[in-house]
Amino acid sequence: MFHIVVCGGIVPDPLQTLEPVKGPAGWGLKNELMLPSILDPWASHALYEAAHLAKSAAGSKVWLVSLGPKAKLQQVMMTVAQKAPFELVVADGPAGGFVDCSEVAEALFTAIEGIAGLDKSKLLVFGGWQSASRGAGATLQILGEKLGIVDQFQGVDKLTVGADGSLEIMERIEGGAYLVSTCTGAPAVLGWATGELPEPPNNPQVGMANMRLIMPALQKAKPAKPDLAAIDYRGVSLPTQKRETRIVKDTPVDVIAQEIIDWIAS
Amino acid sequence: METILFLAHTEADGSLAKASLEALTAAKELAAGCGATLSVGLFGADVAGAAAAVAGCGATSYYGVSDEAFAVSRYATDAAALEALAKAAGATILVAADTARMSRALPGVAARLGGRIDAHVTGLTAQDGQPVAMRGYYRQRLMAELTRSARPWCLTVSGGCFAAYAGAPGAAAVTAVSVPVTEAMTRTAVKTVIAPAADEQTIRPDARLLFVAGAGWTKKQADGAPHVPEAGELILGFLGKSKASLGSSKSLVDMGGEGETVLPFLTHLHQVGQTGATPRHPKGLATCCHGEEPHVVGWRFIGERRAVNLDAACGWAQGKADVLYVADAFAVMRKINELLG
Repeated sequence: MFHIVVCGGIVPDPLQTLEPVKGPAGWGLKNELMLPSILDPWASHALYEAAHLAKSAAGSKVWLVSLGPKAKLQQVMMTVAQKAPFELVVADGPAGGFVDCSEVAEALFTAIEGIAGLDKSKLLVFGGWQSASRGAGATLQILGEKLGIVDQFQGVDKLTVGADGSLEIMERIEGGAYLVSTCTGAPAVLGWATGELPEPPNNPQVGMANMRLIMPALQKAKPAKPDLAAIDYRGVSLPTQKRETRIVKDTPVDVIAQEIIDWIAS
Repeated sequence: METILFLAHTEADGSLAKASLEALTAAKELAAGCGATLSVGLFGADVAGAAAAVAGCGATSYYGVSDEAFAVSRYATDAAALEALAKAAGATILVAADTARMSRALPGVAARLGGRIDAHVTGLTAQDGQPVAMRGYYRQRLMAELTRSARPWCLTVSGGCFAAYAGAPGAAAVTAVSVPVTEAMTRTAVKTVIAPAADEQTIRPDARLLFVAGAGWTKKQADGAPHVPEAGELILGFLGKSKASLGSSKSLVDMGGEGETVLPFLTHLHQVGQTGATPRHPKGLATCCHGEEPHVVGWRFIGERRAVNLDAACGWAQGKADVLYVADAFAVMRKINELLG
């Protein structure tokens, strides 16, 4: 049995146009609180994998620990809660990508330390191997260090649990290859890539069961106040990507093919 | 004065990866710009060869952790080696490549040292003698310039952003750093590396061309039927002849999980974009892609871009590609393969 803590933040829906703005609290996104949000994509995969593992290992339990504004989290949970059974733990604070990963790790650590009944000898810390906001791929490792866990894996696509509780992990490495490692068992930190499971369909019954615990969790969320000045941003800008596109149409395939070959060879 | 420590692990043959040599250039240039001292810290089974290879980089000191226990990619031993090297060098700024191994270990090392980290840095300069890093946020949709006063400051450098160090080898006096390996550090054991055979490998980070296949390859064609097997043959044929690297849109990869007919050689590892990779190649050719902003993210670091699809108003191509060929990708790729022999 495992106690699985999934760490996942919320990010703007990827189809939204993003524009950086500097406010009194530092850099953020224009109309950040108005942008539709989703649970971070890689953290979502981690949650699905956690739920799948908890189902197969009797007695296991899943917590979703999230740092974000309560109101936004409540909106996102309306959907996420229907995907998998979990108990929500909220650190009420900023969810933006410009917050330092060490500060985020500290907030998550405080929230995890406050989970009643958490057995650290059975602990698996899951999360996305990078967020779609900060994209540092560093928060989980720092959190793992704070929790004293030195068996850590990143870019995980597959976890196999042995009958003795041992773990076999496939991590993405360079060049489309996988590193396969074994670990004697929990505790461990696993930063998930896409995993192997598809997104589960919405299950209203799971959603109803989750929401009974989510609402109280949101109400008793403790404020987290990460140091927003930990990073001295000199500036944030949109990359200039506009190109003058030459449209080639009504042209024979032979000509196009030759032009592409010449371009590749040039 | 800052002490900049370049950190790297050796490869299986004792050499340094190209990505590490690029990070060395970044560290070297930063040290020159900040008037800082440069040190080198290496770990692996035996670091002598790697140290000799970078002996001419201008570092004032070399530190090494050499032992079979540090030959394998394992968080606990990697972090212990990096921590020891940083302490031995008295480093205030630590620079390493963002290889999978370093990306996994260095953030934890920053925590152990009481420092901070910024990962996947795409630029590193000295401005008025102060180190300034550049990196992307929100999947490279925003770019930021930043600095920190906290030390030690760890930085991992993305590949393809700096020229690889290519100085002449020499003799380096390496100070051996001892790191005791405890039982707790070896709970994890590396079992194997699963890599496709060289002739089956379709992800080639060093390729000059990235070929991206979109979902259109599996859709119904002009005759009203899909031609997935032929699409697979055309794509693999082109990759074999051109030695390009293969990328894919999320929609095409996801089809496998949804039970639709798919190109069997595509996995999530090929995916570019929001939840995929943002590879760096000098050129990119997109076929049958009709991507929106998330798809564009995957092309952020592609130099010259061309696209083949049937929609002249394609949202991805307009303003994003240099050339858009409005044509049937099946016919174009068939002809290209024929011309490539």
